[in-house]
Amino acid sequence: MKMLIPNTGEHVLRIALADDDRDDRQFFKEAIEELSIRTTLQMFLDGQKLMDYLNTPGVHLPDLIFLDLNMPVKNGMQCLKEIRANRAFNQISIAIYSTSSSELDIEDTFVNGANIYLNKPNNFAKLRESISKVLQINWQYHTSNLNRDNFLLRL
Amino acid sequence: MPWIFFSSYTKIGMVINVKHDVNITCRVVLKEQLDKLDIPHWINGIGEVEIRTKLSRETLDILEQNLSHYGIHILSDQKKALVQRIKNTIDDMVKNDEVRLFKISTYLSNQLHYSYAHLSNLFSEVTHTSIENYVILKKVDQAKELMIHNNLTLTEIAYRLNYSSVAHLSYQFKKTTGLTPTKFQRILLRRKEHKIHWTK
Repeated sequence: MKMLIPNTGEHVLRIALADDDRDDRQFFKEAIEELSIRTTLQMFLDGQKLMDYLNTPGVHLPDLIFLDLNMPVKNGMQCLKEIRANRAFNQISIAIYSTSSSELDIEDTFVNGANIYLNKPNNFAKLRESISKVLQINWQYHTSNLNRDNFLLRL
Repeated sequence: MPWIFFSSYTKIGMVINVKHDVNITCRVVLKEQLDKLDIPHWINGIGEVEIRTKLSRETLDILEQNLSHYGIHILSDQKKALVQRIKNTIDDMVKNDEVRLFKISTYLSNQLHYSYAHLSNLFSEVTHTSIENYVILKKVDQAKELMIHNNLTLTEIAYRLNYSSVAHLSYQFKKTTGLTPTKFQRILLRRKEHKIHWTK
């Protein structure tokens, strides 16, 4: 009889997106649905709604959150800081999903605990390709012996 | 498995940094738990334990429960199990100086007794990525460890991980992470200064 010891079991990747732009949310949803990785997607219209959800007791937390930086009520940077200040959320990967490509913004989000920085691509094919790459690599970090503390990805 | 770095920070306390080899921990925990239940066993290197007796369902359940406390799970699905052994073999290979010069495909098929074509197809099917991509990801992950926790220079890291040159290492690092090694190091340093804390 043989047993094998893995790191984590295989599962469906739970994804959340906080973005106030309706079109961007729609494109994102369509891109995710076309990929082969099994996912569930929850969408939030601003940062506060996302945080309220995450702070609901007993909630099934997402594996990966995509955060727009410019949102009303609570912006992406505030969400990022709140999420990283709470140990209950330390298994969640955070991807910043933004139109800003200022090097300073990018570095600041990484320093504050973002794992991924993805510029909103200007066409659908590119979006699908970028999201696919993010999910593939994130999947490996969830299922392999890779050090999550060092997980940084800029696309 | 990589060296894992924990740092803890409390408002009134102090910070201690420890180095921790998951491989060793895993073996020690397995041995302890198997001995506790008087199960004769042999721990093979790559995520595999050979049980040298027939176990009752009850004993297996107890073992499974005790191990899950340490984040160790028993795999039942044969495909996933083989993928895990592929990953473990690659992890060992990237870390181990003696075998890093072997060709990945030859090494994997020798160690796991399957053709490389079979392993390669299975891996892509289960993990959504190729073995080659996983090897690159693992090597870059190891490069980060050596950079951050062992303070090795890029030249030393390139040599250790069998890259033909520093340029090749930097190129693969940038291609995989989107960041240059220098920028990566700066971000991690700034993070540490911010005293931000994440654990696995």
